[in-house]
Amino acid sequence: MGKKVTVLGEVRDGALRNVSFEGVAAARKIAEDGEVVAVLLGSSVKDLVQEMIVAGADRAVVVEDEQLAGYTSDGYAQAFLAVVEKETPDAIIVGHTALGKDLSPKIASKLNCGLVSDAVGVEVEGGNVVFTRPIYSGKAFEKKIVTDGIIFASIRPNNIPPLERDASRTGEVTEVSAEIKDLRTIVREVAKKATQGVDLSEAKVIVAGGRGVKSEDGFEPLQELADLLGGAVGASRGACDAEYCDYSLQIGQTGKVVTPDLYIACGISGAIQHLAGMSNSKVIVAINKDPEANIFKVADYGIVGDLFEVVPLLVEEFKSLLVEA
Amino acid sequence: MNIFVLLKRTFDTEEKITIAKGAINEDGAEFIINPYDEYAVEEAIQLRDNHGGEVTVVTVGNEEAEKQLRTALAMGADKAVLINTEDDLESGDQFTTAKILAQYLEDKEADIILAGNVAIDSGSGQVGPRVADLLDIPYVTTITKLEISGETVTVVRDVEGDSETIETKLPVLVTAQQGLNEPRYPSLPGIMKAKKKPLEELELDDLDLDEDEVEAKTKVVEIFLPPTKEAGRVLEGELDSQVKELVSLLHKEAKVI
Repeated sequence: MGKKVTVLGEVRDGALRNVSFEGVAAARKIAEDGEVVAVLLGSSVKDLVQEMIVAGADRAVVVEDEQLAGYTSDGYAQAFLAVVEKETPDAIIVGHTALGKDLSPKIASKLNCGLVSDAVGVEVEGGNVVFTRPIYSGKAFEKKIVTDGIIFASIRPNNIPPLERDASRTGEVTEVSAEIKDLRTIVREVAKKATQGVDLSEAKVIVAGGRGVKSEDGFEPLQELADLLGGAVGASRGACDAEYCDYSLQIGQTGKVVTPDLYIACGISGAIQHLAGMSNSKVIVAINKDPEANIFKVADYGIVGDLFEVVPLLVEEFKSLLVEA
Repeated sequence: MNIFVLLKRTFDTEEKITIAKGAINEDGAEFIINPYDEYAVEEAIQLRDNHGGEVTVVTVGNEEAEKQLRTALAMGADKAVLINTEDDLESGDQFTTAKILAQYLEDKEADIILAGNVAIDSGSGQVGPRVADLLDIPYVTTITKLEISGETVTVVRDVEGDSETIETKLPVLVTAQQGLNEPRYPSLPGIMKAKKKPLEELELDDLDLDEDEVEAKTKVVEIFLPPTKEAGRVLEGELDSQVKELVSLLHKEAKVI
């Protein structure tokens, strides 16, 4: 029997994040021949619902309120729970993003249900919805099911492929009103530190620098390569500790966990803590002067050499490839 | 201030993971305080030193977690509580742990509860917010700065690299992100003192909890290791031709560009 699955679309800077569409794909799988209902929360998000339907949702529910302009756990939980009460879904999918990580345990607690966090895969096997998720920083994986109540999972960005967009799809959009009140946390200020442009956790290509980058300026060729490939720049803890870049770029056990299609590690030795943040990338390229560097053990392709020679050459080579294409 | 820290005993970061009988093999492994919980312990000690009061560290686990509790006491916490579920529970999940912790904390009149934002073993990050919800207090996750003035709490929160400054009121639960502080190492006198500090051991019965009330709502059906990666190709030849080859491989073989 098909299930009704609600999936939270996450809006940032006026646009839906990719993980929302990946969530629709996960929901579609769980729903089988049931129904996928997109949920959007915010102060002005109605214009975005069609994107969720094009991505595979059957219809959408919107909660709009001035108090939802910025995220608070209280406000978003009240709004989302109002939708859950109305829709009584069999399953809920959210992104395992800063917002999803903060919100999902509260909703699970309110609904007195289980929650599978940080899922990287979902399958329906013998009537059970089975989620795959990394444990021990990706050194192992577990398959997990929800045994009681609503099936609830947060999914890691960049792992479950979105469905093909179908611009001809249409779906009903309804509004749910929720009483948003007694917000106990107030956001006073937001300081944007993360690099503008491509979001590290959702980037398809990441060019990362380590201690070998040697200085803040040393990141420039890496940025050039990342820009060329439509990717983002990341860093090892070593580079952050040495103050070559901001901690917001850090990839690793402490820091971000990323799974891009292509990860280019430049001057990164490959400490186990760093590998925990990137070893599940689809293709890894290592560029390092030290042929014994640990990073070569996880790399698909390696070049032993000085990154300041290799990266500019790569930029030129990719440029000519992109011109041909 | 009445300060509580939620602490978890975890595998050491550097341990190699193997599987035996369908579970993670713990034989001979080193265990530590979950690194994010260490930030919470450190922050709690600093809060007490600045505002007065008492720091109690609490864990749910078995008696082996006593070692990590003693470490927290040696760092400077005042009291420790081990909620030992070994005899009562075969397995649990984040719902289980949160329910037990909340039941313990319910009548403790905590001003602030600190925890790590995620445990490096199971990696869910659920227990902190779940406990806050069960206690009906506000929470802020992944914090990198904490200031308390009277009842007002100002925290800076890491949001995927951006920083949000958030204001809330006591009582509150916060979860620590890297960058909050530099956890101290236990000093030798600290280790000596820790041996005499109170460590209370409780079971579910002591909290008036039945096993059914904390029964897990999720179940692990399989644990497996990622497929071992074949050794990669280190390219050879002139640097120019290596770069050409790499771009061609990424384009034609790996098809990522």
